[in-house]
Amino acid sequence: MSTVDLGLPSLPGGLHGVPAATEPQTRKEYVSDQEVRWCPGCGDYAVLAAFQGFLPELGIKRENVAMVSGIGCSSRFPYYLSTYGMHSIHGRAPAIATGLAVSRPDLSVWVVTGDGDALSIGGNHLIHTLRRNVNLKILLFNNRIYGLTKGQYSPTSETGKVTKSTPMGSVDNPFNPVSLALGAEATFVARTVDSDRKHLTSVLRAAAEHRGTAFVEIYQNCPIFNDNAFDAFKNPETRDDAIIPLVHGEPIRFGTDGHLGVVRDGFASLAVREVADLPGGEADLVVHDAHTEDPAYAFALSRLTDAGILHQAPIGVFRSVERPAYDDLVRQQVATAHETQGTGDLQSLVTGADTWTVD
Amino acid sequence: MNRKVTIEVKQLDRVVIRFAGDSGDGMQLTGDRFTAETASFGNDLSTLPNFPAEIRAPAGTLPGVSSFQLHFADHDILTPGDAPDVLIAMNPAALKANLRDVPRGATLIIDTADFTARNLKRIGYDENPLETGELEAYHVVPLNLTGMTVESVKEFGLSRKDASRAKNMYALGLVSWLFQRPVESTIEFLQTKFASKPDIRDANIAAFRAGYNFGETAEEFSVRYEVKPARMATGTYRNISGNLALAYGLVAGAQRAGLPLVLGAYPITPASDVLHELSKLKRFDVTTIQAEDEIAGVGAALGASFGGALGVTTSSGPGISLKSETIGLAVMLELPLVVCDIQRAGPSTGMPTKTEQADLLQVMFGRNGEAPLPVVAAQSPADCFATAVEATRIAVTYRTPVMVLSDGYLANGSEPWKVPVIEDLPTVDPNFTTEPNATNDKGEPVYLPYLRDPETLARAWAIPGTAGLDHRIGGLEKEDKTGNISYEPANHDLMIRTRQAKIDGITVPPLEVDDPDGTAKVLVLGWGSTYGPIGAGCRRVRKVGGKVAQAHLRHLNPFPANLGEVLARYDKVLVPEMNLGQLALLLRAKYLVDVVSYAQVRGMPLGAAELAEVIGNLVEETEGIDDDARHLGEAAASLTHGEALNVQPNGVHHPEGAR
Repeated sequence: MSTVDLGLPSLPGGLHGVPAATEPQTRKEYVSDQEVRWCPGCGDYAVLAAFQGFLPELGIKRENVAMVSGIGCSSRFPYYLSTYGMHSIHGRAPAIATGLAVSRPDLSVWVVTGDGDALSIGGNHLIHTLRRNVNLKILLFNNRIYGLTKGQYSPTSETGKVTKSTPMGSVDNPFNPVSLALGAEATFVARTVDSDRKHLTSVLRAAAEHRGTAFVEIYQNCPIFNDNAFDAFKNPETRDDAIIPLVHGEPIRFGTDGHLGVVRDGFASLAVREVADLPGGEADLVVHDAHTEDPAYAFALSRLTDAGILHQAPIGVFRSVERPAYDDLVRQQVATAHETQGTGDLQSLVTGADTWTVD
Repeated sequence: MNRKVTIEVKQLDRVVIRFAGDSGDGMQLTGDRFTAETASFGNDLSTLPNFPAEIRAPAGTLPGVSSFQLHFADHDILTPGDAPDVLIAMNPAALKANLRDVPRGATLIIDTADFTARNLKRIGYDENPLETGELEAYHVVPLNLTGMTVESVKEFGLSRKDASRAKNMYALGLVSWLFQRPVESTIEFLQTKFASKPDIRDANIAAFRAGYNFGETAEEFSVRYEVKPARMATGTYRNISGNLALAYGLVAGAQRAGLPLVLGAYPITPASDVLHELSKLKRFDVTTIQAEDEIAGVGAALGASFGGALGVTTSSGPGISLKSETIGLAVMLELPLVVCDIQRAGPSTGMPTKTEQADLLQVMFGRNGEAPLPVVAAQSPADCFATAVEATRIAVTYRTPVMVLSDGYLANGSEPWKVPVIEDLPTVDPNFTTEPNATNDKGEPVYLPYLRDPETLARAWAIPGTAGLDHRIGGLEKEDKTGNISYEPANHDLMIRTRQAKIDGITVPPLEVDDPDGTAKVLVLGWGSTYGPIGAGCRRVRKVGGKVAQAHLRHLNPFPANLGEVLARYDKVLVPEMNLGQLALLLRAKYLVDVVSYAQVRGMPLGAAELAEVIGNLVEETEGIDDDARHLGEAAASLTHGEALNVQPNGVHHPEGAR
């Protein structure tokens, strides 16, 4: 076996090749005629509203947006958008979207999934999509519970969680979705919260512009089966100390009056400290660099997330680096084959070189 | 060269030859080369590679034996032959593992180099079978092929190990001489294959030539054999294996529909060669995705179909099991998708390199809910091409996943093929919807994704990027016409029945019956790769005076419209299958016909003589022949040239792949 220099191209933006809209669009144009059927108070409403409001600003033709989802509450998303969409089967949306993205460079392809869909039944497709860096935008709605099947623990539920299927508490150790994505060397990894529309929109915008797979974890409240799971991030009394904001080029400082900050702590680890206790003050804080090639830095950031009940977690873009997108490379090989070997003549292929004639 | 003795040339009408050795001895390559030489000479032929799943089982052991059988003839033949006339055994294990298949009187060419006490003991020989007299019933030619190979390549300075690796080419040279095969193509092949390794290239060519010259100069052989070219229909021919024919057929089908082909696949025996072949064809607008698993393979294919390409996935039984849910989604989405199941012996992992046709019920019914889909099956290696073209036609015309059934025997076997003219293949119009196809109650133009063509019941297919026709589809039950989610009881019943009616209504050609004078009382009906052995079995029975009709199903769902009428025409219907009677079950259920099932599941193709006996006995019983002196089955089974010369009225034999 040998390897080949693929002659990697410089990267265009995430929407390169998608035709631009000729007229300005409105949010309303992206609202489908289907009645939205999530439970009252579901975090999905806020994400849908933000997404419908955000799509027009991309400036691409509406018919060139394709939404692919799996199974779960969040996977009903495509029905509510007047774009092309497929509500597929449990866990398989990244695989289906990969085939679509490879064959259609003129589409902006989005995957909508949940913690069970993406991390449990579809875990394999998720990590391989991230490793390949297919030009897809994956929105993972994490409510840390199974909603559609009425309240079993999910792969992101905290250990000890009492649910219908774990009356004595879950013994599973949960996934941290951001850590998982970084372990698969995802090129764009971000986290946002359903209720912070401004932040959510800014992350979606950055994701859309990224060439390759953009992975966005959205903390999303399930008012029926896991209400207030993200209360620390929403309660005005706690949120300043709970949200660790990641802003590229800025020192990571947060808390009421900025009393907390993130510093390097031993081998490849980061820690939260009182800024007042640091010998150098703010100068000792880590300045966030999302473009750091080595995923270890972003991984260390992701570990600042509580594994149990959430009290504190970083929010923002953890990692945004350039690596050629799988679908671009696949298409490039097809184009190269046409250029170097000429467009195939099927008759001569089928006939082959070794023939004989019977008269 | 000066020979002291004159070599007699003996005419034969057919020969079955088997090469057998260690998995690492290059027996498949040797068989492939002998096949190529034989094909270019113009014989009709049929091949049966047989190898273990282990890549390199321990050398010299019985599980590590790999073999390649080739049947070639001066007339139209249908099978790789039941029993070899010539066995080339490269070591004691190869002799032991294959001897039971070799009839007395056959020729054994044996490489004696490895016949040491230790090697013999390892496989259970206490004494050397070359010395005990136990091979007396055979024509044994013991030769130190390895020693002679090493001697013939010594000028290249290779290690003994490397030098001895050319022994397969030495053996090939010798057998090529014995059967007067043209050798130029093999020398060209070796020059190309080892172009970057001049030592190895030269050693292999030298060994090949030395083997040929040994036949010419040594006095081991007093007879050479000649098998004249077969008379076949006029045209250009090539040799082709089932998997290659399938790959080419998929490309041809996509091209005739004007669609790019996207293959999503995960490696699995015996289907991987289709992935390998298609991955070389990027210049034909073929994209291949080696997915992370079987599910992702079919998922990517379905995603590509959603985008307006022809999605294809290839696998074998275990992989098809994993793909079932996605195939069910494709049934619901009503999008074109071609799913190829290259069957192997099951259940579970089964015997990966052995053949079987026990996935029929799986592909017919192996999905949740009422999820009908069309099923087509190839009957010979070359026929995989036409089967793939037909599958594509159905998939695109009817917007449905289609199952293509092949099997390990067809996949790796090969035969001469009259090359089709691509321009003569039918074209298919994907007929994408580009404009609204209905109006709503307000009189506005709208697109209804589940509005159907009244004739085919195919739904309207608008692809992403088409302005004004955006829509959402999914696995939830859909409302008729609009495709919106619906839990309405009557609608569900309607949609279930409509999807069934669409598949039932697919137009397929009528079943043709080969019943020479129309008076047979017994019909033998098969599907898939049993075509050759059934045909050969019927020829044997006819040759001894029995009357039997033969028909073979390409379309297993829907069945040809005339199948019920054909079944009713015969007193007895025999259905031979490499499973426990799966087609028989379907026929009994649908047509209430008490078919006679003949079921064998040994991982090997059915034998012609075996089938001749079964068919002959049934004919005798059905016709009420009560003659102690005449037993059709026994007589047909014991024919030595049972497959020979099924002369068509015009005297032309049709190569099997062309049917």
